[in-house]
Amino acid sequence: MDILSHLAMGFGVAMTPINLVYALLGVLLGTLIGVLPGIGPVATIAMLLPTTYALQPVSALIMLAGIYYGAQYGGSTTAILVNMPGETSSVVTCLDGYQMARRGQAGAALAVAAMGSFFAGCVATVFIAAFSPPLSEFALKFGPAEYFSLMCLGLIGAVILASGSIIKAIAMIVLGLLMGIVGTDVNSGAQRFVFDIPELVDGIGVVSVAMGLFGFAEIVSNLESKEKREVVSSKVKGLWLTMAQFRAAAPAVLRGTALGSVLGLLPGGGAMLSSFASYTMEKKLAKDPSQFGKGAIQGVAGPESANNAGAQTSFIPLLTLGIPENAVMAMMVGAMTIHNIQPGPQVITSNPELFWGLIASMWIGNAMLVVLNLPMIGLWIRLLTVPYRLLYPAILLFCAIGVYSVNNTSMDITLTAVFGLLGVVFVKLSCEPAPLLLGFVLGPMMEENLRRALLLSRGDGWVFFHRPLSAGMLTVAIVLLVITLLPNIRKKREEAFHEETA
Amino acid sequence: MAWMKDPKEFWSGVLFMVFGAFALLVSNGYAMGTAARMGPGYFPRALGALLVILGALVSLRGLRVEGESVPKFFLRPLIFVLGTVVVFGIVIPYTGVILGTLLLIFVSSIASHEFRWRSALVSGIVLAVAAVLIFIVGLKLQLPIWPWPWNQ
Repeated sequence: MDILSHLAMGFGVAMTPINLVYALLGVLLGTLIGVLPGIGPVATIAMLLPTTYALQPVSALIMLAGIYYGAQYGGSTTAILVNMPGETSSVVTCLDGYQMARRGQAGAALAVAAMGSFFAGCVATVFIAAFSPPLSEFALKFGPAEYFSLMCLGLIGAVILASGSIIKAIAMIVLGLLMGIVGTDVNSGAQRFVFDIPELVDGIGVVSVAMGLFGFAEIVSNLESKEKREVVSSKVKGLWLTMAQFRAAAPAVLRGTALGSVLGLLPGGGAMLSSFASYTMEKKLAKDPSQFGKGAIQGVAGPESANNAGAQTSFIPLLTLGIPENAVMAMMVGAMTIHNIQPGPQVITSNPELFWGLIASMWIGNAMLVVLNLPMIGLWIRLLTVPYRLLYPAILLFCAIGVYSVNNTSMDITLTAVFGLLGVVFVKLSCEPAPLLLGFVLGPMMEENLRRALLLSRGDGWVFFHRPLSAGMLTVAIVLLVITLLPNIRKKREEAFHEETA
Repeated sequence: MAWMKDPKEFWSGVLFMVFGAFALLVSNGYAMGTAARMGPGYFPRALGALLVILGALVSLRGLRVEGESVPKFFLRPLIFVLGTVVVFGIVIPYTGVILGTLLLIFVSSIASHEFRWRSALVSGIVLAVAAVLIFIVGLKLQLPIWPWPWNQ
């Protein structure tokens, strides 16, 4: 029972007072930004990344992870009570959750969301503990060629499962890869795209890119339209379920958890994809699909369980392969790099207390979320009444001081503002910024592995197809790409995304 | 503009082509090396070329397939949000956290449709105190609190 002893060690790490405090801080912050529309986990993690310098790496990761899954809890609260998704992963929760609230069942909707999430979080924690060690052992056999192919597959997969134009998303990845190259080349020592700006010698900081594209751009876009927000049910009572509701919701929670756990593993997966897929599935399986959109409890239970499961299992590729599969995981790569931990299969063996401590903290964090959030819902609702005109300057201030404090230079803030401007342009042109961030984080790793693979093969590019594992991954990537670009499937795919967001 | 059916796609493609061409141009100065011994110019040049090709494909699609127009840009939030932040970064070593915060909060508040100078001022004062407590007292960041003459 290796897992048990490992988990016991993990709980030992996660239960130390200091780590409990950071887990609590993380989930509280996560809930806060989940409740507040207009600021998501990526921007928040970017904001807090600089402040984790002084912490132990494990405490830092525990807090940052808490922000991600805490945001899934908070996002559902806003979706149910205000009919506005606090996070993109709660978009589908609005459909039925808000209708339940209008029928006076807000308490039941909130309760099922919280309990479904908790259940999913527990299952996902076990899932990570069981699957990560074998996967990372497998990945230790990877050579540079395999890694390069794996990154190609990961990036292509991320693009296919995201909505929007595929060619544009690939172009965004390439742009991200290029931006990741900025700075000193490790191999030759040559400075690339530095333009004699001393702050660029060490490359562009992930904090600047993420905060500009996801934080500043979002604020600017929000300010373009007048805000409209009304809290419908300010009084929530009866945070409990009737037996009938429980019976209706339980299978949906189980299905959502299973679906989310699996979808979280896929590149491009994570919370958002899981919740959308779960809603579609629940609607297809329902005896009476016409109830969906009118307050079906399954429409809340399934997606809310799925997004929490997906948020957590999306840590698996990061912790075992070192490959981030969505923008939040890209930020976690940044966090690990800051603390001199190279994400990859060696993390489990070289930093076992970090790995198992982080996993154990997820279970603790989920328990904290249930215990804290149900009684505190009144407080979160009151927070929603703070107008945006007071909120965004405060967010800006925290972002600005955070970015400045990374290196104590004003250049970093200017750079972040440039990325903010670029982010606004991307929003206007409907270009998704997430693939860019993935490419940005993977850029240096990808070049390094490409270089090494070709060095070993003496410049023979076919090396990627001569090694079976690498060939397999590249073939899958190419097949996926070709299939999605076929006119018929493309139409279907667009329809699917359209239906889900409509 | 009848020849451009999907301005969003068309201009996205142009943006990619500009970035790609820029990367090609700059990395022209870096040693190319061979595939076996890649120089610093190899990867960026490959990416730059790929980006130009992808951009061209996107733009061509924008010429052929019907789509949406690009929504217009609003200058007010752009200037007051991004501009203020840049200025904040430049002046903070001289103004210190308190004055810098007041400045940032007040000026960036103008970006909103519902700017009210009184509430902006009050929230500026509250946040200035909070910033000092969180960042200087709590996180011990190396930033001056008071403006230049007193911050030694």
